[in-house]
Amino acid sequence: MPRPGFVLDVDRSTPPILFHHGEGFRLERLPAGRSRVIYPAEPIEPLKNPDAAIRHALVNPIGDSEPLTALLKPGMKLTIAFDDISLPLPPMKRPDIRQRVIEAVLELAAAAGVDDVMLIAALALHRRMTEAELRHAVGDRVYDSFAPHGLLLNHDAEDPDNLLFIGTTEKGEEVEINKRAAESDLIVYVNINLVSMDGGWKSTATGLASYRSLRHHHNVRTMRHSKSFMDRHASELHSANWRMGEVLKNAGVKVFQIETTMNNNVFGTEGPMSVLQKREWEWSLTDRISMAGMKTALDLMPQRTRRQIFQNWQAPHAMTSVQAGEVEAVHELTTANVYKQHLVDVEGQTDIMTMGLPYISPYNVNSILNPILVACLGLGYFFNLYRGKPPVREGGVLIMSHPTPWEFHPVHHPSYIDFFEQVLSQTTDPIRIEAEFEKSFAEDEWYRHLYRTSHAYHGVHPFYMWYWCSHALQHLGQVIIVGGDVRAVRRLGFKPASTLQDALEMASDVVGRDATITHIHNPPILMADVH
Amino acid sequence: MIADSLAGRRLFITGTTGFLGTNLLERLLRSVPDCELVLLVRAGRRSTVEQRLAREILKNDAFDRLRAELGKEGFAEMAARRITAVAGDVGRDGLGLDAAGRELFASCDTIIHSAATVSFDSPLDSAVEVNLMGPTRIAQLCTELRVTPHLVAVSTCYVAGNRRGTAPEIMVDESPFFVDVDWRGEVEGARRARRDADAESRTPEKLEAFRDDARRELGAAGTPLLAEKTESLRIKWVSDRMVETGRARAASLGWPDAYAYSKALGERALLENRGDVPVSIVRPSIIESALAEPVPGWIRGFRMAEPIIISYARGLLKQFPGVPEGIVDVIPVDLVSAAIIAVAAKGPEPEPEVVQVASGSRNPLHYRRLVDLVSDWFGEHPLYDTKGQPIMVPKWSFGGRGDVKDQLRRATKSLSRAESVLGALPLRGRQAEFGTSLEEKREEAERALGYVEIYGAYAECEAIYGLDRLIALWEAQTPDDQRDFCFDPRVIEWDSFVREIHLPSVVKQARVRTTPGGKVGPTREQRLRTQVLAPERQFAAFDLENTLIASNVVTSYAFLATRRLPRADRIRFATSLIAEGPSLLSLDRRDRSDFLRMFYRRYDGAPVQQIDEDAAEMFSRLIIAKSFPAAIRRVRAHRAAGHRTVLITGALSFVVKPLEPLFDDIIAAEMAVERGVYNGELRSVPPTGESRAQALFDYADAHGLDVREGVAYADSTSDLPMLEAVGFPVAVNPETRLATLARKRGWLVEQWAKAPGAPRTLIPIGPRRGRTGGLANPLVPGGRA
Repeated sequence: MPRPGFVLDVDRSTPPILFHHGEGFRLERLPAGRSRVIYPAEPIEPLKNPDAAIRHALVNPIGDSEPLTALLKPGMKLTIAFDDISLPLPPMKRPDIRQRVIEAVLELAAAAGVDDVMLIAALALHRRMTEAELRHAVGDRVYDSFAPHGLLLNHDAEDPDNLLFIGTTEKGEEVEINKRAAESDLIVYVNINLVSMDGGWKSTATGLASYRSLRHHHNVRTMRHSKSFMDRHASELHSANWRMGEVLKNAGVKVFQIETTMNNNVFGTEGPMSVLQKREWEWSLTDRISMAGMKTALDLMPQRTRRQIFQNWQAPHAMTSVQAGEVEAVHELTTANVYKQHLVDVEGQTDIMTMGLPYISPYNVNSILNPILVACLGLGYFFNLYRGKPPVREGGVLIMSHPTPWEFHPVHHPSYIDFFEQVLSQTTDPIRIEAEFEKSFAEDEWYRHLYRTSHAYHGVHPFYMWYWCSHALQHLGQVIIVGGDVRAVRRLGFKPASTLQDALEMASDVVGRDATITHIHNPPILMADVH
Repeated sequence: MIADSLAGRRLFITGTTGFLGTNLLERLLRSVPDCELVLLVRAGRRSTVEQRLAREILKNDAFDRLRAELGKEGFAEMAARRITAVAGDVGRDGLGLDAAGRELFASCDTIIHSAATVSFDSPLDSAVEVNLMGPTRIAQLCTELRVTPHLVAVSTCYVAGNRRGTAPEIMVDESPFFVDVDWRGEVEGARRARRDADAESRTPEKLEAFRDDARRELGAAGTPLLAEKTESLRIKWVSDRMVETGRARAASLGWPDAYAYSKALGERALLENRGDVPVSIVRPSIIESALAEPVPGWIRGFRMAEPIIISYARGLLKQFPGVPEGIVDVIPVDLVSAAIIAVAAKGPEPEPEVVQVASGSRNPLHYRRLVDLVSDWFGEHPLYDTKGQPIMVPKWSFGGRGDVKDQLRRATKSLSRAESVLGALPLRGRQAEFGTSLEEKREEAERALGYVEIYGAYAECEAIYGLDRLIALWEAQTPDDQRDFCFDPRVIEWDSFVREIHLPSVVKQARVRTTPGGKVGPTREQRLRTQVLAPERQFAAFDLENTLIASNVVTSYAFLATRRLPRADRIRFATSLIAEGPSLLSLDRRDRSDFLRMFYRRYDGAPVQQIDEDAAEMFSRLIIAKSFPAAIRRVRAHRAAGHRTVLITGALSFVVKPLEPLFDDIIAAEMAVERGVYNGELRSVPPTGESRAQALFDYADAHGLDVREGVAYADSTSDLPMLEAVGFPVAVNPETRLATLARKRGWLVEQWAKAPGAPRTLIPIGPRRGRTGGLANPLVPGGRA
C-alpha cells in the first residue's frame, strides 16, 4: 500500500533535503524549527491490465455518450487527436499510453468499417513533432500505416486552409479549430492527464485551436484570474475553455474524450535514479552512495552530456485509470483520479517557498530548458500546483534552485531568443509585454514560417510562458534563483543567489528574520491542498 | 633696427606651408609691419594657390595671436594687402612660374628659401629634386631675369655629416671631411635610379611577387581588387626602393640620411650656380616647438622627436639608441625664424656666409637629461590606455644602435612569422582578432625599427655645431631687436622648455588619451550600428556562410548526400570527405567560383523531388540549428527599418529556399535540371567574388537603390568586392585577413555566434531519414519531408 504525501516539520535531526537543480542536484539543510517539507505520495498502484481497461472504457462510456462501438459507422469521417510531446513528463517508456489507446480505437474503427481516419497531434502552438517523437507516441505500427499516406499530421494553427471558424462564446471569445477535426463526424481525443490542468475541453478547444482562438484565454488577465489554473473550478483558463466547448458542442462538433491518468513513478524503484523518489531520512547506504556518485559524476560532465543523459531518461510511470465518453463527465472523474496521486494536505501558508527545479518542463522535451522556461516551470507550473491558496503567503518570497544557463535551442525556441534579447531586456511586466510586444511576435512572418515548416514553437509562445508566471509575479514579493547564471537571472527580473543560505538571508529583507519556510519536494509532482 | 631695415621691402618666400615657413611668415607679418610678402605655393590637385594659402597657411593656429590682435577683419585685410601667393614649384625649372609670377619674383628684394623635403626617409630622387636642385633653380632664375636679390637659403647643420667634434660655420667643401662628389652626377644618378627601380618593378618575377603579396593580403578577392592592390604594392615598392637607395647613397658619403646629403650638395650646387646673387645660408639643427613666439609650445605637424616621444609614452618604444652623455641638438622654431629675419635684415655679405642656428655648443642638452625629463614628465602625466588605465613608461636603456635594431628586427620577424601561420589557419571571430592584434604588434615593432633607422643616427651624432657667427650677429643687434627677435640659444632653460612647453604641446598635438576612466557615451561600435540601421539606408545584403549560419556548401552537401545512405556507407562517406578537406579548402581559397563549380558537380544525378524533401529537413537540422540568432535578428531589424534585404550567396537555391520569408530577395546559385534530376552544372556564374559585387550592382539598379546607401554583411576576403561596393560594409566573424582590413578601414565588425546550447555536429553527415519519412511540410508541395 503506497504511503500518501505528507508534510515534514524540519528539526535538528532532519538530514539535508534534496533540491533538483536542472541536470543535477543540491542537498540543502533547511532551518530547523521554522521549515517544513511537502512530500508527494508514493506511486499509486497502476492498472493491472491497461489494454483491457482501455477496451472496457471505450464500450462503457461515462456521461451522456454512446459506447464508441456505437459511434463508429462505415463511411464516416473519423479524426483521432492526441496530446503532443509536452505530455507526459518525462516521456514514458514504450509503449506510450497514446499508442495503447489509439490502437484500441483503430481496432474498433476497422471492425466497424471506418476507412476515413486521420490522426492529428493536437499541439496548438507547440512545435511540430518529429518522426521519432511521433513514432514514440503512437507506435511504429500506427505510424507506418498512416504517416506515409499523409494521414498522420501535426496540427497547424497557422494554415488558413485547414482551420474552421466555429463561432463565439457568450463572452465574445472566438472559437476556431482544425478544419478536418471540426468537419469529422467524430473526434476521438486521446489524452494523458499528467496534472489536473490537462484534459477536458482544454484538449480540443486549445490543442486543436488557432492563435486567433487561443489568445482569448492565453493572456495575463485570464492567468491572474486562475487561482490556480491547476484547479479547474477556480481557473478562468478552464472556464474559457469550457465556454468554447459549449460552442463546439452546439455547432455539432462531436467529441469522444478518452482520458487517462498515471502514477508518479518517474524515477523507478531500482537503479540510481530511484533515490530521487525516496525520503531523505530513509535513504539506505546504497542510496547515499548512488546519490554521492551521481552528483560527482554529473559535476564532472560537460553540460551538453548531462543534458543528453537526462533528456534520454524515459520514465516507468504507468497508467492508473482510463475513462471515456462525454468530455465534462469524463474530466470530473479524471481530475479525481489525478488528485488521488497528487493532493497533499497542507496547513496554512508560510513566508517563503523553496523548490528545486528539474531539467524538464512541457516545452523542452529533447530540448533545452532556457531561462524563460525556467521562470515558467517555477512560477507557472510549480507555483500553481495548489488548491485553495498558495503554500506561500501574498508578498512572500519564492526561492528556486536551477543553473538557469543562458542557453536556447535555436530550432525549437527561436522566438524565445529574441524575446529574451529584445523584450525582457526592456521590461518584465506581463501587462506591458502583452500590450507592447505580443502582436508583433505573434503575427511575425518569420516565426510563423519556422512554426509551420521547422520545429519551432510559435512566435507568441514565449509570451504565454511569461503570462503563465503572472499570477505568481503578482502574488510574490520577491523571486530568488539559487545557483543560476547571474546575467540570465537578472534579465528575468529575479535576484541571483549563490547558495540557499544567501537566498534566505536576502529573503529576510522582505519577510523578516524568522520567516517560515515551505519546501516543495517536487518532482515527482505533488499538488498542495492548502487549508 | 630689423623692422626698419626690412620696411618697404618685398620678400619672396618658399616653403610657407611647412613648420618653419609658417612660423617665419607669422613672425614677419606680426613683427615686421611694413614689408610685402610673395609666397611660392604649389597648386593643389583640386585647389588653387589662394585656397591653399587660406586653408593650409593662414588657418593655422600660429596666426591666432595676430588674428586676436587685429580682429578677424583686420587680419584678413592685412593678409590681403601684404601677401601675394604665386603658383610654382621649386622642383621645376624656372620654379614653374608663369609670366606674372616671374615679374613678381623679379621685383623682390630678398628671397628666403625654406622649402625642402624634410622627411628623413624621402625617396632619393625627390630629395634631390627639391633639396639639391631647389636653391640652384632659384639662383638660375635670378640670373635669367638679371636680378640680384639677397638669397637666404635655409639648410641644416647636419650637412656637416656624421662626425665627432666641432663643425664650424664653413662651407661644406671647406670641411676637411668632405668627400668631393660632383652634384651633377648625383642628380643624374638619382634620376637613373628611379628609372631603374621602376623598370625592375615591372619584371615578371617582381610582378608575380606583388600579385602573391596582394593575394596573401586580400585572399580570393577577385581580379579587379587584386589588380588594384598589386599596382599599389608595385608603386610602394619603387618608392621604398628609392628611400633605401637614398639612405645607402647618403651613408656611403658620410651623411646620416638623404636629407642631409641632398641639403649639403644643394649648398654646393648653389654656390656654383649663384652667379651674381648674394647668398646667405642659415643652418638650423633639429627644429622643435616654439619657445615663445607666437605662443610657447606652438608646433605644426608631427615631427621628428614627437612620434618617438609618443611611442615611448604609450609604452610601445622601449628603447632607443643613443649615447647618454651625447648632445641632442634641438632648437626652438621661433629662434630659427628670428635668426633668418635678422640675416635678411642685415643684408648680404660680399662673400656667401653661413650662419648656424643650434644649441649644442653654447647651451647643450644632454641625451640623458632629455630622457630623464621625458620619463619623469610622463610619470607625472601618464597617457591612458583604451580601458582608462595609466600607461607606465618603460625604463630607457641606452643601447647601441646595432643592438636595438637587432632586437627589433628579431621581434618583427617572429611576429610576422606567427602572423603568417595564423593567416594560413582557417580562423574566425575572436581567434581572428588575435591575428589582428599580432599584426598591430608587428606594425608597432616595425615602426619602432623605422624610427631607429631614421633617427638613430641623429641621436648618436656627436658633432658640435659652431655658433660664432650667430653669436656675433646676436651681439650686433640693438636691445629692442634682441627683445623682439630673440635667437640667442643661451636663453633656453631646457628643464622648463621640455617640461612646460614642449611635452604638453606634443601630447596635445598627438591627440592621445590623457584622462583616466572608461569611456562614456556610445562606443564606436554602437555608433556604427546605429548608422547601419538608420532609416536613410536603402538595402542590406547578406552573405550566408559564416555570416548567417555556421555552415558551408560542403556540410549541406554532406547532409543531403548521407541522409538516405545505409549506416556503413555513411561512415565511409564522412571519412573520405574529411580526407578531402585540406584540398577542398585550398581550392576554395584560390578561387571560390571554381571551387563551387567543381564541387557542385557532385550533385549530378540527384533527383529533384528527393532533394526538395531532404532540404526541407535540412532547414531545421542544419541551417536553423547552426544559424546565428543575432544575424537573423539583424536581417529582421533591417526589414523593420524599411530596408530591402537580399541574400547573395554561392549556395544552391534549393538549400536557401526555406530562407525566403526572411529576405525580400535571394540571389543564389541555380543548378540545371534534366528530366527530374539535377545535372551538376550551374545555370550561370555563381554569385561569388567580383560577380557578387556585380550581382549587387545589378540588383541595386533593378530596384532603383543607391549602393552608397547599402549595407553589406560578409565574413571573408572573397567577399571584399561586395563589401567595398556598398557605403556601409560590415565584417561578420571575419577571418584573419578581413579582420585586419576591417580594422584598418574602420568598418563595423560583428561577432555573431550560434545560439548558446545549439546542437554540435563533429562529422559531416546528416541525420538518417526515418524509415518512411512522411510528415507533411508546407515547404514541400505535394511531398513529405
